[in-house]
Amino acid sequence: MSAPTLERPTPSAGAEAPPPPPPRRSLPRWAWALVILGVWIVVWAFTKGQDTLEVPIRVQNDVQQSLTDFRNAVLASRDTNPIVQFTYQIGSWFVSVVDWFQRLISIPDLPRPVPQIGWLGVTAIATWVGLAVAGWRISILVGASFVSFGLFGYWSDSMDLLIVTFVAVAVTVLIGLPLAVYYGTAGRTGTAVLTTILDLMQTMPTFVYLSPIVLFFGIGASAAVVCTLIYALPPIIRVAGYGIRNVSSTTIEATDSSGQTRWQRLTKVQLPMARATIVVGLNQSIMAALSMATIAAYVDGPGLGQPVLQALIRNDVGGAFVPGMLIVVMAVMLDRTTTAASEASEKAARGGVDLRLRRIVLAVTGVAALVAVYLSRQQFRLAEFPETSWGPNLADAVDSFFTWFTDTFYGLTQALKDFVSSVLLNPLQELLAESPWWLVAAAILALAFVFGGVRGVAPAVVCLAGIRYLGLWHNAMLTLTMVLVATILVMALAVVFGVWMARRRAVDIALRPFLDAGQTIPPFVYLIPVLALFGPSRFTAIFAGVVYAAPAAIKLVADGVKGVSPSTVEASRSTGATTWQEITKVQLPMARGSLVLAANQGLLYVLSMVVIGGLVGAQALGYDVVLGTSRSEDWGKGAAAGITIVLLGVMLDRIMRASARETPLTHDPGKRQWWRPAAT
Amino acid sequence: MRNTRNGWKRGAGLAAAAACATLVLGACGSDSGGSIADQTKENESKAAEAGDCGEVNMAVNPWVGYEADAYVVGTLMETELGCKVNYKELKEDVSWQGFGTGEVDVVMEDWGHPDLEKKFFAEKGDGSAEPFGETGNIGIIGWYVPPWLAEEHPEVLDYKNLNAMAKDFATSESGGKGQFLGADPSYVQFDESIISNLGLDFKVVFSGSEAASITAFQQAEEKKEFLIGYFYEPQWLFADIDLQRVKLPEYTDGCQDDPAKVDCDYPETTLQKVVSTSWADKGGSAVDLVKAFTWTNDDQNVVAKYISEDGMKPADAAAKWIDENQDKVDAWLG
Repeated sequence: MSAPTLERPTPSAGAEAPPPPPPRRSLPRWAWALVILGVWIVVWAFTKGQDTLEVPIRVQNDVQQSLTDFRNAVLASRDTNPIVQFTYQIGSWFVSVVDWFQRLISIPDLPRPVPQIGWLGVTAIATWVGLAVAGWRISILVGASFVSFGLFGYWSDSMDLLIVTFVAVAVTVLIGLPLAVYYGTAGRTGTAVLTTILDLMQTMPTFVYLSPIVLFFGIGASAAVVCTLIYALPPIIRVAGYGIRNVSSTTIEATDSSGQTRWQRLTKVQLPMARATIVVGLNQSIMAALSMATIAAYVDGPGLGQPVLQALIRNDVGGAFVPGMLIVVMAVMLDRTTTAASEASEKAARGGVDLRLRRIVLAVTGVAALVAVYLSRQQFRLAEFPETSWGPNLADAVDSFFTWFTDTFYGLTQALKDFVSSVLLNPLQELLAESPWWLVAAAILALAFVFGGVRGVAPAVVCLAGIRYLGLWHNAMLTLTMVLVATILVMALAVVFGVWMARRRAVDIALRPFLDAGQTIPPFVYLIPVLALFGPSRFTAIFAGVVYAAPAAIKLVADGVKGVSPSTVEASRSTGATTWQEITKVQLPMARGSLVLAANQGLLYVLSMVVIGGLVGAQALGYDVVLGTSRSEDWGKGAAAGITIVLLGVMLDRIMRASARETPLTHDPGKRQWWRPAAT
Repeated sequence: MRNTRNGWKRGAGLAAAAACATLVLGACGSDSGGSIADQTKENESKAAEAGDCGEVNMAVNPWVGYEADAYVVGTLMETELGCKVNYKELKEDVSWQGFGTGEVDVVMEDWGHPDLEKKFFAEKGDGSAEPFGETGNIGIIGWYVPPWLAEEHPEVLDYKNLNAMAKDFATSESGGKGQFLGADPSYVQFDESIISNLGLDFKVVFSGSEAASITAFQQAEEKKEFLIGYFYEPQWLFADIDLQRVKLPEYTDGCQDDPAKVDCDYPETTLQKVVSTSWADKGGSAVDLVKAFTWTNDDQNVVAKYISEDGMKPADAAAKWIDENQDKVDAWLG
């Protein structure tokens, strides 16, 4: 698997010349970028502090006010508005489905003092399903995961999260597959429109639409299902659509020639052949759904997010860690199961399984599982997981580790914060946020043109105009500064650890679990530790963003470097290159496609943490979004900030894409995904 | 292919082992604990003799003091009145939206939300909510410093001396000025105006969340660092760290009417209960209990300490306090 090749964009002739002169072939791109930067700094020196468009925190402009008014109007009309009536009906349907499942496995089905099926029955069935779909290794993983939910004392919350995820993902598949088919077969315009909508769904901070969702769908399980749904839908559409689009055209032509209808082509050729990719899309949707667990708890969504938030309001680090860790366990369990299931079904389809033995084993174990269900309906001990001290003990251990850690490293972390703030953050912020808005806009457009040509400038113009119109320019620049600094740090980590992992298999194996955990553990779990280390500050937000974004970037770089053909590396070695030369002259340049992809992904992941940053002292757009969710009169400002975040994301993504002429928001689904284990 | 067949054989062995383990577990489980069937019958008869209370939807806003109020009242509803209480973890904004749809019946502690009142109280809004009396708690909002600072530099407790110390309060975030730590955006804050109108050399840096503010004050006390910020009582942190309040020009009526011109301290806030109008109109023992409920800051702090310091579950903390304060409880139940 070779790294995607990177083409230099052919600078278009520059017929409609934007502000800077079009780059001539004689100067490389980076030199032009330096020239632009130099001009920017000179102009900044004379104009700094003018027209920065800074606005007081609680003042709304007309656009933001009209957003607030719109929301108020919908709220006031809720008793008569037919749309609200309709969605509310859907919401109550979600509530009853979730409630039915809860009575089945997670809460007492009164007058029964316990659910219909106790923990032993649920664990047995889950283990059996694991065995049936993915083999005995996975069934052990599933069984152990379910036991750990009970052992650490969060059985019922874990089941709730599983139920909400299941219902949301089921609806995701129902809505997502037809859309994926459309996405995979539509023409250019249709794809472009859908891509933009999917970008919006994935980058819009959930906090912005949390209270409108409650307005339309109601509090609790319904709101949880809907906000999970919105976030989980894009991956399956994108990835499955990609799979359908890439079914080999010769196969389609061959079968077309036998006179099949379009429906037959879809159901007999395209869908079956794209099945592996569709499962990858499903897998990504499940992971996205789990990452909404804590957010959904803000509107009383049932699940493991609730104990995390409850621990957060009493600054209980250990108490937040344990349920957070169980979310990671659930994510790993579901990830490995779906992946193995798709591999196993492929093997079965090729006839690689002794069917008779398989049937016998499944029948016998199935009976055993049913016996377990029966027993768990009869006896308290098998219905309600016995209380253990595992959870509290682990929480205490985490607490004392955390206390020791902050006490020991507090001076160091403060110094690190001050260093990064004064060397990287403050100068960049001075330039971006203290320049007049027109200067920044001109500079960004010029850079976009240098790196991406007209294809880079067009989206940048639209996005900058939108940001200016929404009235949060100054805050957008503050946020942009933090996002850029965080991305630089992410890439530094990605290169160092990515290369190390690619060169040493032991390092790869040792680091993967931590990377998986860093990506799936809810940020709310480590908010207090990072706050204690760094205090409420911009750097704290950057740090949280790096923790979340670095794993994906590291994995992408590691995969890219691994993909460099061994014969090339061998050849360089034979010429007597040192290790350093081998890395810098051969491996990194040849993996450049992966580096660009990692930077793009890292940036978007960092952007998705902006709101979390608002909770830890980052100010700017993140704070505005939190303000909007917290005070109804400022909702419009929060919404404007949310849209501004989306615009920043789309602008940076499109410039980078135009610059590298490749890969959109999600990574190339043909490659191994970040969450999959290394080659087994 | 061979591998797969072996895999299934191994699976068969494991499955057999698991099935045996299940049966053993089942066998030794049978002699312990009451039977589920018995308990079910008991619940059925209990349900039959329960009163007319029905279900109560209790919003639980995200701070510990609120949990104390909600769970003390909720526990009494369950144990004394036979209600089924649904606790719903929500922020204020969403809680109030729920009054109109029947998803929320009670908000136990409201610190004042003029915009929500305008939307949902009868005079200006849709009348889905109504104020239901004070909780007896007094909210004290103000500027606070960690106790070590108040002890070593007592002059900090008067705003007039703050400028002389501004440099000590500087951080990486405050751009050379002193840092004033603003709070979670849920709270009404005038600190930017107060600072500029009093001519203080400080910059407001918003912590963004209650967790961030609390952690900042804890660290400042432990590491003996300078910190001044917006905080409030009653709050469980005071059981742990006795933050000291900084004196500002006294609050007078109307001095906070124009947000841009505020140059005085925050007023004391009387915290109130808010309920759904349709729920209150329905009447019943649970409605009467919420109406009658009132207690002091000290009462709330005790329960909040059980929850936050002692790590008790809110329901257990409430039950413990009810046990210890039967006289107060009896007065509410009438």
